[in-house]
Amino acid sequence: MNIYRHEFLTRIHSVAIWSVSIAALIFVFTSISSGFTEKAALLNQMMANFPPQLLQAFGMAEMDFSSILGYFGLIFLFCQICLGIQAANYGFGLVSIEESEFTADFLLAKPVNRSFILTAKLLSALTSLTITNAVVWASTFFFLSVYDKGAGYDVKTLVILLASITVFQLVFLGLGVFISLLVKRVRSVTPFSMALVFGTYTFNAFSGMLGEKSLDLLTPFKHFDPNFIVKNSNWDWPLVAISISFIVVSIPASYWLYNRRNIPSAV
Amino acid sequence: MKIIEVEHLTKFYGKSRGIVDVSFNVEEGEVFGFIGPNGAGKSTTIRLFLSLIYPTGGSARIFGKDCIAHGPEIRQEIGYLPSEVFYYEGMRVLDLLKYSASFYQKDCSRRMYELADLMELDLKRRIDDLSYGNKKKVGIVQGLLHSPRLIVLDEPTSGLDPLMQQKFFNLIREENKRGATVFFSSHILGEVQKMCDRVAIIKEGSIINVQDIKTLQKDNYKKIKVTGSGLDEAAWKLDGITGLDHTNGTVSFFYKGDINTVAKLVSKQPISDLTVEDLTLEEIFMHYYE
Repeated sequence: MNIYRHEFLTRIHSVAIWSVSIAALIFVFTSISSGFTEKAALLNQMMANFPPQLLQAFGMAEMDFSSILGYFGLIFLFCQICLGIQAANYGFGLVSIEESEFTADFLLAKPVNRSFILTAKLLSALTSLTITNAVVWASTFFFLSVYDKGAGYDVKTLVILLASITVFQLVFLGLGVFISLLVKRVRSVTPFSMALVFGTYTFNAFSGMLGEKSLDLLTPFKHFDPNFIVKNSNWDWPLVAISISFIVVSIPASYWLYNRRNIPSAV
Repeated sequence: MKIIEVEHLTKFYGKSRGIVDVSFNVEEGEVFGFIGPNGAGKSTTIRLFLSLIYPTGGSARIFGKDCIAHGPEIRQEIGYLPSEVFYYEGMRVLDLLKYSASFYQKDCSRRMYELADLMELDLKRRIDDLSYGNKKKVGIVQGLLHSPRLIVLDEPTSGLDPLMQQKFFNLIREENKRGATVFFSSHILGEVQKMCDRVAIIKEGSIINVQDIKTLQKDNYKKIKVTGSGLDEAAWKLDGITGLDHTNGTVSFFYKGDINTVAKLVSKQPISDLTVEDLTLEEIFMHYYE
């Protein structure tokens, strides 16, 4: 419990900043939504004139501007990028920050085993991510009901869309901690998490542009494609299963690696 | 009872050597010195005790239990002060010490305040505002606050001023009187000489000698210096004489063997002055590293 609490407190500022930023993003984009939805027919027509590859690359190919949820799909993609970076940051930093700042010597010389430490850290990171997640839920419902001009939207579809966040966060958390344990030393967390998130995002873009379906398998952005979820009011289950398998493999593998890890020393 | 039993402990980092086939024991209640220059493998050995790293071969047992299999249980009773101290920068000293104490089953708060008081530590300051010496004091307090049975010190005095060093040594002596065993790694021989009962000397990853510190000094070499006019250098040929030096009418050398033999040799020479000294640990140490 002490490690969980300590970890949570060290991350509390970061959680606040991410949560407020994503809520602000949702606010800004929903507040201008009426401009889009009112001119939906025009916009849809304009979109049809863009090369389909370009639209695929930006995840806008199947967007329907006539409903606020269709428009929200685009906002949600931006949210996913932010949520992914946040989760990857926590994943990559989970044990590597202690090693690069050499506090691992302090923690691991205490009478606790490494699995216990990793469990406490993972649960604490998950708590932090869940707070941001909750803020996204609250601000989405709040701002959509403020700006939907009484047009209404399908609550069930929105719930299915937002429910994907937890799995999405766990994928990046799990992959982050797993990769950080594969390498000898993570000097700085941000380049790693940026590379992971924008890398997988680019896979998604390329798979759309080139029609290279094998890339779909690798990217959580495709597994949880907001346009698909909004359109079908359901998850793309075969692809979601791949994301879930990422979690199921990376987290136990992280335990295995961490329990065998030689902690680098300061001198 | 043996507190530490090390058997054929070996650690390689990939291809580079950590330690090779290290074996020694530390008895309950003793202050055991572990000396060697930088890079000899002192910290590697200590990190193996704490399961911060895992051995390539051999084993280490503490309190009769294997270091890896019973790691958490053993570490309840170990106090560790690393050579370089790093703590969570944003924390206040008090919060860090409380966090440290929260890992132990016993209530450590009384001892924590006592130690902080003794080391003149300001509990309200933030870790990142502390000087290196003050961080080291935090290290001392957090290492000792649970009154451990085994205290592991890795070059503990760097960064402490002489007054604090004195206080620290007194503190370690007190802990030792209370019954704690001390494993003292250092390259500063003076402090090892002052504190330790036995020493192990480590060189390039291997133990080259484990000995009682008094025997190490007494039964080994004597440093003999003879002054006189017309000393014949050729006369000082004797088994056991090393490091012979003749300058300005003074002959000095190290001698190991029967002191009577060398006394007879000296009596035949026209000498005006004679000194016979025990070697300092420094000189013994240098001898092992030549």
